[in-house]
Amino acid sequence: MISCLKKFGAPSIEELKKSPGFPKQEDYKLGNIAVIECIEQIPCNPCETSCPKNAITVGNPITNLPTIDLDKCVGCGICVAKCPGIAIHLMNLNYSEEKALITFPYEYLPLPENQSVVKLVDRMGKEVCEGRVEKVMSSKSYDLTKLITVSFDKQHYEDVISMKRL
Amino acid sequence: MNNYDVVIIGAGPAGLAASIEASKAGAKVLLIDENNKPGGQLFKQIHKFFGSREHKAGVRGINIGTELLNETKSLGIDVMLNTEVCGLTSDKKIWIVENKEKSREIQAEKIIVATGAFENSVQFDGWELPGVMGAGAAQTMINLNRVLPGQKVLMLGSGNVGVIVSYQLMQAGAEVVGILEAAPSIGGYGVHTAKVARAGVPFYTSHTIKKAYGTDRVEKVEIVELDSNWQEIEGSEKTFEVDTICLAVGLTPMIELVWLAGCEFTYLGGMGGYVPVHDRNMRTTVDGIYVAGDVAGIEEASTAMEEGRLAGISVAYALGCIGEENAKQKIDEIWNKLDSLRCGQFGEKRRTAKDQILEKGEELIK
Repeated sequence: MISCLKKFGAPSIEELKKSPGFPKQEDYKLGNIAVIECIEQIPCNPCETSCPKNAITVGNPITNLPTIDLDKCVGCGICVAKCPGIAIHLMNLNYSEEKALITFPYEYLPLPENQSVVKLVDRMGKEVCEGRVEKVMSSKSYDLTKLITVSFDKQHYEDVISMKRL
Repeated sequence: MNNYDVVIIGAGPAGLAASIEASKAGAKVLLIDENNKPGGQLFKQIHKFFGSREHKAGVRGINIGTELLNETKSLGIDVMLNTEVCGLTSDKKIWIVENKEKSREIQAEKIIVATGAFENSVQFDGWELPGVMGAGAAQTMINLNRVLPGQKVLMLGSGNVGVIVSYQLMQAGAEVVGILEAAPSIGGYGVHTAKVARAGVPFYTSHTIKKAYGTDRVEKVEIVELDSNWQEIEGSEKTFEVDTICLAVGLTPMIELVWLAGCEFTYLGGMGGYVPVHDRNMRTTVDGIYVAGDVAGIEEASTAMEEGRLAGISVAYALGCIGEENAKQKIDEIWNKLDSLRCGQFGEKRRTAKDQILEKGEELIK
C-alpha cells in the first residue's frame, strides 16, 4: 500500500496524526502552537537547534523525527522560518470564538497585503475557505522566508495549510 | 610547466571544500573550473539546506557557496576559470585549455578530481523540440540567468531535483502543470513534495511522456499511464498545453578524466553508474589521484562538501603538511558527519552503496 504522501505528494491527516511532532486534539487548548509536519526520516535538525525554549527534540541520530513539548512552545515562529522543509506552521484555536489563526512560511512573490482577503488551501492545494491576512512578518534571521498570519473559520483548522499563490 | 602541490579539478562544493582544507594545511593549491564562475551547482540552490548546524543546515545553498568562496579568497588559493581539463595521466600531468585558445600542461604532486555529474536524458517523440530541457538547465536559467524558460511546465521525474526545481519554477513565476513519475511511488523527500502539492501541483505516478507536440517549440505534451510491467496502458493518455518540459531523470558521475588516468571502476546503479573505486581517504586506485563529490557517486551537496574536506585533508597528510595524528582525528570527525548524513530511510541506500565502493577500495588500494 503506497501512502498518501508517496502517491499524491502530501500526507493525509491520518498519516500526520501517526507522527510524533503532530499535535494531539487536546494540545490545541494551549493556544498558539507549532504544528510539525515532518514524517520522513531525513538528516535534519534546525528546528531543534533554533528553538529558544528547547521545546523541540531530534537528538541522535539526526534522522529521528522531531518531537515537541508543547508546554514549552510559546508559538514564537522561529522554527517555522528556519525549517528547510517548510514543514512547520503555527495554529492558534484560541484566537476568537469563531476564528482560528494560522502562521505559515511563504516564499512566493507578490506578498499579500495586510488585511487583504486570501484563499486558503489544503495540503493538496485545494481551496478550503477564505481568510484575512493579519500580519506579514519578515526578519533578517528568516533569510527571505516570510511568515504570514491569517485568520479563518475555526472549523477548517485541520485542513488549512497555506494560501493560494497570488 | 607550472608546478603545484595539489591541483583540484572542479570548483563546486567538493572542490571548494577540498581546496580550503588542503590550503589551510599549507599546501600550494590550484583550483580549476571550466565555468566563468566557481561554485558549481551551489549558486543555483536558492533553497535552505537540510542537515545539522555543522552542515550549515537552514542556510541557502547560494549563501554556503559565497561563504566557501570567501574562504578560498582569504586563503589566497589560485583559481583558474574558463579552463577546461582535457587530459589527465597516471603520472599526474594535466592538459588544460584556457579560454578555449591556450593549451598547456600542468604537473601536480596530487590531484583531486571533483568534476561532479551530468544530467540524464530520456527520449520520446518530440524530445528534440526547443522547450525540452534538463531540470538543471531550467534551474540555471531561472536562478543564475534570471530567465524564465516558459510559462507552463511539465516536470518528468519526482526525485528531489524534480520537486525542488518545480518549486523554484513557481517561485520564478511559472506554472507547473504536473510532475510525472514512472515508478508507482514518488521519489523525493516528503517535505519537498508537500511544498509543491500544497501549491496545487498534481503528481502522476506510474506515468511517463508519450509524445511532445509543436512546430517551432513545445506546445503540447501527451502523457500515458504505465502498468506494473512499465508498459503503456492504451487509452490512458492525457494531454496538457505546455511550453516547457523538464527532465529530472537522474544524474551520471562525470568520470571521463578519472577513466583516462587509469583508475579502477565499479558499477553501482544507486550511485549513478560507473564510479571510481576509492577508500575512506578518497584515494583512487591510481597513486596520488583522489576523488570527491558526485564523481565519486551521486549524492548531495552536503555530502560532497564533507568528501571534499576528506580529500583535502588526505592530500595534505600525503604531502607531509600535517601529521598522522592530526589527519586521523580530522578524518574520523568528518566520517562521523558523513555517517549522520547517510542514515535514515533515504540515506541508508546511499550508505550501503558507498560501503560497497569502500570495500573494493580496501581490497585494491594499498
